[in-house]
Amino acid sequence: MSELLELNGLTKAYPGVVANDDVSFSIARGGIHALLGENGAGKSTLVKTVYGLVKPDAGTMRLNGSDYAPADPRAARASGVAMVFQHFSLFEALSVAENVGLGMENPPGPRDLGRRIWEVSHAYGLPLDPERRVGGLSAGERQRVEIVRCLLQDPKLLIMDEPTSVLTPQEVEVLFATLRKLAREGTSILYISHKLEEIRALCDAATILRGGRVVGECDPREVSAGELAERMVGETLTAPKSRNASVGDVVLDVAKLNLPPVSKFGAALRDVSISVRAGEVLGIGGVAGNGQDELLTALSGERLAPAGTIRLEGTDISRARPTARRRAGLLCAPEERLGHAAAPDMSLTENAALTGTVRKRLTRNGFLDWRRTRDFAQEVIDAFDVRTPGPQAAARSLSGGNLQKFVIGREVLQGPRVLVVNQPTWGVDAAAAAAIRQALMDLASQGAGIVVISQDLEELMEISDRFAALNEGRLSASVPTADLTMERIGLMLGGAHDLEAADA
Amino acid sequence: MDLSSISLTLLIASLMVAATPILLAAIGEMVVERAGVLNLGVEGMMITGAICGFVAGVETGSPWAGFLVAAIGGAAMAALFGFLTQYLLSNQVATGLALTLFGLGLSSLLGQGYVGIKAQTLRRVDLGPLSDLPVVGRIIFGHDPIVYLSLALVAGVWAFLRYSRAGLILRAVGESHDAAHALGYHVRRVRMLAVLFGGACAGLGGAYLSLVRVPQWTEGMTAGAGWIALAIVVFASWRAERVLIGAYLFGGITVLQLNLQTAGARLPVELLSAAPYLVTIVVLVLISGRAGGRANAPADLGKPFHASA
Repeated sequence: MSELLELNGLTKAYPGVVANDDVSFSIARGGIHALLGENGAGKSTLVKTVYGLVKPDAGTMRLNGSDYAPADPRAARASGVAMVFQHFSLFEALSVAENVGLGMENPPGPRDLGRRIWEVSHAYGLPLDPERRVGGLSAGERQRVEIVRCLLQDPKLLIMDEPTSVLTPQEVEVLFATLRKLAREGTSILYISHKLEEIRALCDAATILRGGRVVGECDPREVSAGELAERMVGETLTAPKSRNASVGDVVLDVAKLNLPPVSKFGAALRDVSISVRAGEVLGIGGVAGNGQDELLTALSGERLAPAGTIRLEGTDISRARPTARRRAGLLCAPEERLGHAAAPDMSLTENAALTGTVRKRLTRNGFLDWRRTRDFAQEVIDAFDVRTPGPQAAARSLSGGNLQKFVIGREVLQGPRVLVVNQPTWGVDAAAAAAIRQALMDLASQGAGIVVISQDLEELMEISDRFAALNEGRLSASVPTADLTMERIGLMLGGAHDLEAADA
Repeated sequence: MDLSSISLTLLIASLMVAATPILLAAIGEMVVERAGVLNLGVEGMMITGAICGFVAGVETGSPWAGFLVAAIGGAAMAALFGFLTQYLLSNQVATGLALTLFGLGLSSLLGQGYVGIKAQTLRRVDLGPLSDLPVVGRIIFGHDPIVYLSLALVAGVWAFLRYSRAGLILRAVGESHDAAHALGYHVRRVRMLAVLFGGACAGLGGAYLSLVRVPQWTEGMTAGAGWIALAIVVFASWRAERVLIGAYLFGGITVLQLNLQTAGARLPVELLSAAPYLVTIVVLVLISGRAGGRANAPADLGKPFHASA
């Protein structure tokens, strides 16, 4: 196998941070090459350089033996480099065919394009209807649009940026089959992920980045996941400590909750029933858009539920507003960090006051007690190792992982009776994710009930005691995680709840 | 009241003339908004176009030179807006409002020596026997070239957005500038071009007022036409054919209420004068309400874009 792309000494510095420092590696023709690293390790900058979105300060690239320095993504595409973005670069109001056409240099006429989309998508097992609006597609279907857009240009190198984070296990299998087929046909694939098991299953070479530098190259099939993780993080990761499994009384009880969807892309909740005991972690899995937002807003009190459906320690709180629910001990950390969990342009102190006022008694005679609020924000920063200049920093200025530690920590330190979190480690690097999971488990062992809504199944398997799947607004009966296999979870997520209903 | 004094033929012919300034401004603003930019300075660009066109028309004696200079004047105002909002990332709403105030002030300064003068106006296109046909001749074949230009612009914009690749890119930029940027499209360039086009259209609309419809210069002569154009774009759900309906509806009611006033209708004059605004808004609200309304708005309308990749 010969080399398709060679990177030599790529360096890119931004004010205050060197994103890539003398990065060199090469990708084999027809190989599936993994690029591993935590958030902030420089993966994104590196692939943006290859895709022509970022110009390196120093260093050269060679593609197919000749010099390669794309001025913009169009030049990169013309050279045969295509990319599937982590945050989809799709236009919701446009049709599949229009979206595909926008990503091509010389798209054929509308009729030809529609036919070719149909052909290619079926040939690779990713069926798509070219006429549909992207806004109505699921995350998995949207990713197909991105992939088909790339495939129509016969790429020599396909860059995939965290492609599986929004897919169900079955969809991941389909994607992997497609990628393997592509590789057999001679397309090189640069695969970015921090899901180590996936990389071990799919890739035949790996480059590990840390702090902008290459810290290792290996064949992921011959190295254990633990070893990969340690090289990626640079320290030994401790698996979450097991905790005493003693569970107490039911603290949160949701009975036959029905609610209409939040947006037209959401799902209505249908007869959702949940019961969580003190000291227990309930994991709720499912692909986004199946009712997660609806469930979280119903529990947090942002939307009121029909009377009698939600009880906290026996008290009906269905009609209580968020502040009343906080006072009663039900806290929530929503998925969207900037704009929902935290106000982006306000300082950490102010953000601490937003949810902490009631339980931490941060007011005096109706006025905010800024000193106590600042102390509370500092307490969160210290306890959760939030990397920031101090509580006066704006929430927006923190990296995703640090802000996530802050918003989770803010709720955990208020000592809730029940904590509901949605996607607690979405887009967070491995070390921060481990810290957040540990904090949730510690909170459970102190006797709180925890509900974790997540799309990351490995995470749910790791921390939850029981697992339930949310599919089109219906919640399956919960099953002890110890009894579960990935296959069974996949079936539950697909909606086959009642195959063997095992109520815990 | 003597309704027989109102001729339907003349009414339709004159409503087309009355609607043309608003139609020009609205179709330009629609393109701007489809590219994701909210320029509230339409009124200011219109009145700047009106005075620039009038001055040039008087000085050169050619209304065509007047329209050309009006388009340039409107585009120059738009360029100012575009530079402030796209490159210096100023707030689009505030900048647009300031542009309107600036245009009103600038135009009365430029127009100081031109009050009370008459400019050379545009002659109707003479299509020979066609123009002499009864009814149809006066309605379809008896207008000045700018009326036809405005209709051609509507058709052109409609086809551009629907069928051309450049139109698709423009819509894509308005839907999601981040995604368009990631695909390698030049968001700022597309938006600047759209803003300039919108300014030129607004300038033409203004000049049509001062050179054809009135045809004289008076301070503040646009009298809110730019705001109506903005409202029409929103209630037309950003679609060219509905912009045409909205503008002609407004023009029609304007002409009709004038005719009713001269025919001696026993309605308060104030109510008649307000009628075009009321009827246009009500009808377009009903249309857009049925068609899903704001769901059609470009998703990134009015959001600042900064390439921080």
